[in-house]
Amino acid sequence: MDGVAESQRTLYPYVTGSSVVAIKYKDGILMAADMGGSYGSTLRYKSVERIKPVGKHSLLGASGEISDFQEILRYLDELILYDNMWDDGNSLGPKEVHNYLTRVMYNRRNKFNPLWNALVLGGVKNGQKYLGMVNMIGINFEDNHVATGLGNHLARPILRDEWHENLTFEEGVKLLEKCMRVLLYRDRSAVNKIQISKITDEGVTVFPPFSLKTYWEFSAFKNPTVGAEGSW
Amino acid sequence: MFRNQYDTDVTTWSPAGRLFQVEYAMEAVKQGSAAIGLRSKTHVVLACVNKANSELSSHQKKIFKVDNHIGVAIAGLTADGRVLSRYMRSECINYNYTYESPLPVGRLVVQLADKAQVCTQRSWKRPYGVGLLVAGLDESGAHLYYNCPSGNYFEYQAFAIGSRSQAAKTYLERRFDNFMGSSREDLIKDALIATRESLQGEKLSSSVCTIAVVGVGEPFHILDQETVQQLINTFEIVREEEPPAEEPQPAPEQDAPTDQASGSGAAAGDQGGSPMEI
Repeated sequence: MDGVAESQRTLYPYVTGSSVVAIKYKDGILMAADMGGSYGSTLRYKSVERIKPVGKHSLLGASGEISDFQEILRYLDELILYDNMWDDGNSLGPKEVHNYLTRVMYNRRNKFNPLWNALVLGGVKNGQKYLGMVNMIGINFEDNHVATGLGNHLARPILRDEWHENLTFEEGVKLLEKCMRVLLYRDRSAVNKIQISKITDEGVTVFPPFSLKTYWEFSAFKNPTVGAEGSW
Repeated sequence: MFRNQYDTDVTTWSPAGRLFQVEYAMEAVKQGSAAIGLRSKTHVVLACVNKANSELSSHQKKIFKVDNHIGVAIAGLTADGRVLSRYMRSECINYNYTYESPLPVGRLVVQLADKAQVCTQRSWKRPYGVGLLVAGLDESGAHLYYNCPSGNYFEYQAFAIGSRSQAAKTYLERRFDNFMGSSREDLIKDALIATRESLQGEKLSSSVCTIAVVGVGEPFHILDQETVQQLINTFEIVREEEPPAEEPQPAPEQDAPTDQASGSGAAAGDQGGSPMEI
């Protein structure tokens, strides 16, 4: 438990982002996250960009402590800078960046001073799509669809049913919107301002934020306790 | 080259702007037994002449696997070569651990060259006395590089270093235009013939040469003796029309003007060489 002074270790997060959801589709990766930064139970910041491009080939989405996400972006900035300085036609792809992040996260965890994030790293290089996740304790894996936080419980079951190889862009966006809508209804730290990003071999596009249409007139919403009589 | 008052330290320039110690290190490369490399679009082949000190001893190992996609052949002070191979292996494995991806050859070669340069600018060090032919594969295809004790490196289509390498180079110069499109077998055949050239009349057999290959879908590996002998037998059936070229005085690899090579052991180099040099 050394490396930094006891008072400098991260013990709990302060300003946090909620889930990130990402899928592979026909041309690359689609990633969605809302733009909220919560301060405990207060939805304090409503224009936080939680998805950022990294180098030419990758997209990084983060949930958890926003300041740690900003620190990670600085590490990656330096990494990409040195990669570019070789000036030799080689470049770090999404797989390499994901593994680098895994090393960083796991190392910090071992020093009991974690970066309090769950990260989604997606990208395309030479036609090969890559989508991976790594979290604050260093657990990492790659898959066709990933999510962080509550998204693991609410979004992934939807994706397991409805994801398939070669989704078109429109189908992919619809699928992500479906996941984000469920999160909006059920995750108390979600805000209704969504950003979707895509990355293909051609490059990165970050779409402008939009709001999801919601419907609150479901009878289950209006009478949430019906059927609860008789229980304690 | 003659001795002069500027050649004691590597950190002393001569009035003509030369670092003699570095040039002497490159002489050591020329004294080692030959190493040859050639590449096509998808494969790189390394070959070297293996001379044992005596019939009783085993051959010096001159080809090293650095990673699945990189291998190196050395000429000169093999001890220095071993140390540099260990460094290269270390770099490759560290990169792989962090990025789960093979280290691009081009970057390894630059790191190696920078390491060699350090030894040309410290008064308490000496240059590495070994030339390395680095063969490797990366995203942009197959590559062959030559790393020099001076810290320079060059990319080649085909190259040969060490004693009697000029004969091999002459052969390669005649044929290199075709290498890019060559098949794996043709490339190995050309490597064997180039090796035969630098043997100067001695019979080519698998006991005097070693061949290694790396290619797309084929990790770096050294061919075993039987395979090499079979290949030699297959190829020697088809006799080459051109007779082995007469060996001219070995041309220096660097820009430095040649002094008259006053019998500096070039001809009988490997036979009576010091134990350090093979």
